[in-house]
Amino acid sequence: MIFLTRRATFSASHYYCNESWTAEKNEQVFGRCANRNGHGHNYTLEVTVGGETDPVTGFVVDLKWLKDVIEREVLAAFDHRHLNLEVPEFAKLIPTTENIAIAAWKRMEPAIAAAGGARLTCVRIYETPEIFAEYRGPQGQVFVRGVEYRGEA
Amino acid sequence: MLSASHRLHSDALSAEENRVVYGKCNNPHGHGHNYVVEVLVGGPVDPETGMVVNLADLDEVVRTRVTDRFDHTNLNLDPLFANRVPTTENLCRAVFGLLKEAMQAGELEYVRVEETENNFFEYRGE
Repeated sequence: MIFLTRRATFSASHYYCNESWTAEKNEQVFGRCANRNGHGHNYTLEVTVGGETDPVTGFVVDLKWLKDVIEREVLAAFDHRHLNLEVPEFAKLIPTTENIAIAAWKRMEPAIAAAGGARLTCVRIYETPEIFAEYRGPQGQVFVRGVEYRGEA
Repeated sequence: MLSASHRLHSDALSAEENRVVYGKCNNPHGHGHNYVVEVLVGGPVDPETGMVVNLADLDEVVRTRVTDRFDHTNLNLDPLFANRVPTTENLCRAVFGLLKEAMQAGELEYVRVEETENNFFEYRGE
């Protein structure tokens, strides 16, 4: 199996707030991220798929196709948006980098699985160059050689 | 880093199919990349040297096996790609194979080849 990773970037704003907590507790836990006026990041998204190379084309997947999937499924929804206010997943879920990685996975996984070639194996989101969150699917290990895919139903 | 040219073209496909599948990469005159190769080796730390491997030795293996072979060349003309399209997937596997031959069993963990800053490929030998 060979792994292919494609990078993309998007810019978005967000704030952290747990609605069941007081303003004081939100500020205590989330610090500057709790500012309800929001703030923003330039996020870098890395999408890794794994599979066998096609004996005719030498490709795992067509890079342009993967770029289109990322743009259609994730960037169209996240780029230049306020994540809390404009992205449905985050109406009640705090848009931490962890949750953004999981949401991006859920958005892309069906399209990649439906194509029938490589499988999505990892989504990594950099919030800043120093911080990233990585999600490898609901089972932690999405694809084990010889074992049937165990994605989320 | 190695700078090389390639053309993505499969003899199993028609001229039109090649253009559709590979797009700009099928340009008959080829094109090039600055490939960045990352080599990860693993193993116990030698109690005498404090090293997993001697970096100078690793550099030498990568230089003689990989860089000298591919840098400033046309990948399509390398015997390894006589019957294989020089996609970066296949380059990554070729680099892994060349390095594995020169290393001790189990030493080479993975090879990563960056084709551009937005695309990279990783092969772990299985």
